[in-house]
Amino acid sequence: MDGMSPTQKVKLRNFAIQAVFLTAVVIIIWGAVSSARTNLAALGISSGFDFLDRATGWSYSFSLIDRSIDDSYGKTLFIGFLSTLFLGIVSIILATILGFVIGTARDARNIALKSAATVFVQVFRNIPLIVQIVFLYAILIHLPGPRQAASLMELAFLSNRGLMVTGLNIPVSATLILLAVAVALAWAMRRFVDGGFGKKVGIWLGLMILISAAVAMVYAPEGESIISIPELKGLRFVGGINVPIELVAMIIGIVLYGSAYIAEVVRGGLNEVPKGLVEAGKALGLTSHSIWFKIKMPMALRTIIPPLGNQWIFLMKATTIGVAIGFSDLFMIISTSITQSGQTLELIAILMGAFLLINYSLAQLINLMNARMKLKGQ
Amino acid sequence: MAAIATSLPTRSSRVSSFLKKRAFASPSETAFTVLFAGLLLYLIYLTLDWAFFSAVWGATEADKCAEAGGACWSVISARHRLILFGLYPYELHWRSTLACAAIIATVILSCIPFFWKARRLTTLWIVGFGAYYLLMEGSLIGLQQVTTDQWGGLSLTLFLFASVVLIGMPMGLGLALARRSNLPLVRHGASLLIDFIRSLPLLTTLFTAAVVIPILLPDWLQGDKIWRVIIAFGLFFACYQAEVFRGGFQAIPKGQFEAGKALGLSYWRILSRIVLPQVFRHAMPGTINMVVVTFKETAIVIIIGFFDILASANAAFGTGEWAPYYLEVYAFIALIYWAFIFSLGQYGEYLKRRLTVASH
Repeated sequence: MDGMSPTQKVKLRNFAIQAVFLTAVVIIIWGAVSSARTNLAALGISSGFDFLDRATGWSYSFSLIDRSIDDSYGKTLFIGFLSTLFLGIVSIILATILGFVIGTARDARNIALKSAATVFVQVFRNIPLIVQIVFLYAILIHLPGPRQAASLMELAFLSNRGLMVTGLNIPVSATLILLAVAVALAWAMRRFVDGGFGKKVGIWLGLMILISAAVAMVYAPEGESIISIPELKGLRFVGGINVPIELVAMIIGIVLYGSAYIAEVVRGGLNEVPKGLVEAGKALGLTSHSIWFKIKMPMALRTIIPPLGNQWIFLMKATTIGVAIGFSDLFMIISTSITQSGQTLELIAILMGAFLLINYSLAQLINLMNARMKLKGQ
Repeated sequence: MAAIATSLPTRSSRVSSFLKKRAFASPSETAFTVLFAGLLLYLIYLTLDWAFFSAVWGATEADKCAEAGGACWSVISARHRLILFGLYPYELHWRSTLACAAIIATVILSCIPFFWKARRLTTLWIVGFGAYYLLMEGSLIGLQQVTTDQWGGLSLTLFLFASVVLIGMPMGLGLALARRSNLPLVRHGASLLIDFIRSLPLLTTLFTAAVVIPILLPDWLQGDKIWRVIIAFGLFFACYQAEVFRGGFQAIPKGQFEAGKALGLSYWRILSRIVLPQVFRHAMPGTINMVVVTFKETAIVIIIGFFDILASANAAFGTGEWAPYYLEVYAFIALIYWAFIFSLGQYGEYLKRRLTVASH
């Protein structure tokens, strides 16, 4: 070491530490790979993704698209992925809407409204999600059977078999197309139609009803009406859209829990809005309605969006709890596949890859929203 | 027309002016308030009626509850030992009780400012956790041995919680330091690990520890499933806690490191004497939040097959006569969770306000 300057010594030391670190990582990975080889060989499992083409031979509780027990592992995993996405997106949208309502109520001047919102937040935020979902599921499966189902104007029925709702008589694939059209139309309205928010929503709704009716006429099975209403036939319901009890429990559970968290985020954002701005709005004679829409919310959104994005990612991850009540999301499909096929490493890699993909896309969306909301010139 | 107040407002006049402003400002608001408050009070009445007024308390047989209009709390008095202690040997429940008390006392004592020194807090947690383990396991202090597979219920939940915090906290600090390191390999390695674990659901991490690790490790390194899961859970805690610490580090001006260096102090001395005490202070509210989240998240271990409080609750009403009274059992454990989480959360809020005031 003689003849070295202090900087060289530090450099050498840093190099040595990193070399040791890298060697340790390599040894750990090499050890894991070699012991995986021995362990898998002992179990008689050949690694690789060939199993994705094999038929599964088992059934599960929920799928958005047609399925059978002869489906390949690949297709079954894809169905699980769709279920996770579907549950996650529906829950996120509903939780965000409810969260904004309750967060605003938490910020309200009226003491009764404020207390109700506070009770809601303190109850649903402070009990673990899985306890709430298992609790809710227990209540739902003890509901009366289809013959004594609770009904809403004979159009929707809730029983221990799930929720039966009136809907268009079209296959799921057509629904997906319809959804895509709805989003594209909303974008086009924003872009090409002038006028207030109310007018745009009105035009959008009108067009969507027309398009849906047209799609239903094309896709509805021959000789059946375009609208399908659930009807009690014997011991079960026929027609309508069946939302299974597990999905009902998952959506309600995640929405209640998530909205309590989002309400706190919204309240935090509203608190950050400078008081002077609100007072200026009042001095100009704006109604409290337009103060909220034109001053408070646009200002608050800048503080709300980053933590709101974290909540969305959290809710997406929370869908994995579905396995506790038998909702066949991606996690449940993966864990059943592992027991059935033994391809543990490959399946776990798929599970991790899927969640990395979902969270990465969500994070990109949030960055985009953030960039949009940023004050110009900052 | 406003009259000038000639005397200080009395308490009742303050209350009435508060209500006038916040509840009865206009006729339409009055109607709204009455309607909303009525609805809220009605809901509270329904809950109280179910839980207290129409409830059955002392019945020893399940069928006495059948005609009651409210809750049947007898299921709790009949089955609370199962819910709290799981399959732990019945005649040794006093040990479980003491062990749980040790963990709860540790958490409560941690809230007292006297213990907010790194050394005191570490000692407190090691003593508390050690007391728990010695009492529950038994053989080390000359009592009858009870292995971890017989632990269950609330005592297992508390065990998981305490060991995760105890293991995760130093790991979190280590990861936070690694992420700030000036060695690029160490820094990037730590960031990669933190971001990876944080973007996976906790369930995936725990499931991997339970199912995949046995394949990746040779037999002699695998250990019990419970310890593998605790270490994975600790890693999850550490990755989030590292971000909390990172926030604390960012609050410390760079000049303090430089001043330390100018005085000729070594890296570790600067860290332990100057920087870390301040980092801990800044990170306190975030840390409490993480502890609360961890306690809440322990509930999912039921999915990977542990007999925690949720699993023992399922077992408590699952068999025969008490089966109709699932609501009471779930309400009971929800209340236990709620009491823990709500009070810790309120304490965290209080601390945050106090620290904000102190730093102005």
